[in-house]
Amino acid sequence: MSRQANRGTESKKMSSELFTLTYGALVTQLCKDYENDEDVNKQLDRMGYNIGVRLIEDFLARSNVGRCHDFRETADVIAKVAFKMYLGITPSITNWSPAGDEFSLILENNPLVDFVELPDNHSALIYSNLLCGVLRGALEMVQMAVEAKFVQDTLKGDGVTEIRMRFIRRIEDNLPAGEE
Amino acid sequence: MAIFSVYVVNKAGGLIYQWDSYSPRAEAEKTFSYPLDLLLKLHDERVLVAFGQRDGIRVGHAVLAINGMDVNGKYTADGKEVLEYPGNSANYPVSIRFGRPRLTSNEKLMLASMFHSLFAIGSQLSPEQGSSGIEMLETDTFKLHCFQTLTGIKFVVLADPRQAGIDSLLRKIYEIYSDFALKNPFYSLEMPIRCELFDQNLKLALEVAEKAGTFGPGS
Repeated sequence: MSRQANRGTESKKMSSELFTLTYGALVTQLCKDYENDEDVNKQLDRMGYNIGVRLIEDFLARSNVGRCHDFRETADVIAKVAFKMYLGITPSITNWSPAGDEFSLILENNPLVDFVELPDNHSALIYSNLLCGVLRGALEMVQMAVEAKFVQDTLKGDGVTEIRMRFIRRIEDNLPAGEE
Repeated sequence: MAIFSVYVVNKAGGLIYQWDSYSPRAEAEKTFSYPLDLLLKLHDERVLVAFGQRDGIRVGHAVLAINGMDVNGKYTADGKEVLEYPGNSANYPVSIRFGRPRLTSNEKLMLASMFHSLFAIGSQLSPEQGSSGIEMLETDTFKLHCFQTLTGIKFVVLADPRQAGIDSLLRKIYEIYSDFALKNPFYSLEMPIRCELFDQNLKLALEVAEKAGTFGPGS
């Protein structure tokens, strides 16, 4: 697909099926390449991290979102702006911890898993683990160390897909000047 | 041209991209008789005018050519020391061309990391809480505009003091960086940007920005 220049702030339409199929082909190829699902999960997380550290620039350049001042604000931006911009969905935010350092994203529909049925020999596979890597990589670039993991998945028979986000610490080294 | 240069600085203060408009710089050529009425000195491998201004020649200008032959830093085209040449009366009359020295690549790297520290100092010395670093630096001949992203990348544009529309240009450069540098899978983060599409799109954006025109004595 050739890229149109001067995209501006409008989002670019693309067949979500092409995206789903490309991701599906990636996952099946990784399953062939690696002996066990844990290695596939690691590779998906690593790929997602590498995507996330670049995607954050695209997001910030186009969304006019400023500095988030707490994790609740970050959650709102992730669920209402970022997921909407890139996946066309708006997860709901639930299950806040009392300290405000953990929350869950509930995905009613996950475009990555359209048409997907997990075979029985991949019970440990976290199919959409790329998303966890993307979230971790993107937030690291804005100085937040977080853990993102799937705790429920419709592919495994759960009622919803749930990503649990946990704030670990603020990354203080190399903080851009003027951003304390 | 009303936009003079663009610098992209990574979060460690390293220069990862630099562009200059190639407008011809003022040069002055003059034939001299002995003794030379300008005082020359050696500075950073260049021979500069230390004292004496006339006929377009200014303090700080470098010797660019002698008798029409370009000098090589502090050496003449045939390998002699430039500074010794005017001391010998047998060399006169002599034609010398002076002009503002161009920044070398190393000097641009130094200036980028110097600005990185100045930016941080501006934030740290601020009397107000939560201050950004330097966003605009004004001189009588140019204005430096700086936009730092939340991820710590700095986009710096040097323009005429009266040039309008630099804020939208900085955001446009950020979009171009996001599109044509970061989405190039063979571009490594924090490294110099050598992407042809980035170059092309940046030049387009600069052409658009220049049409924003100038206004007033300064914004």
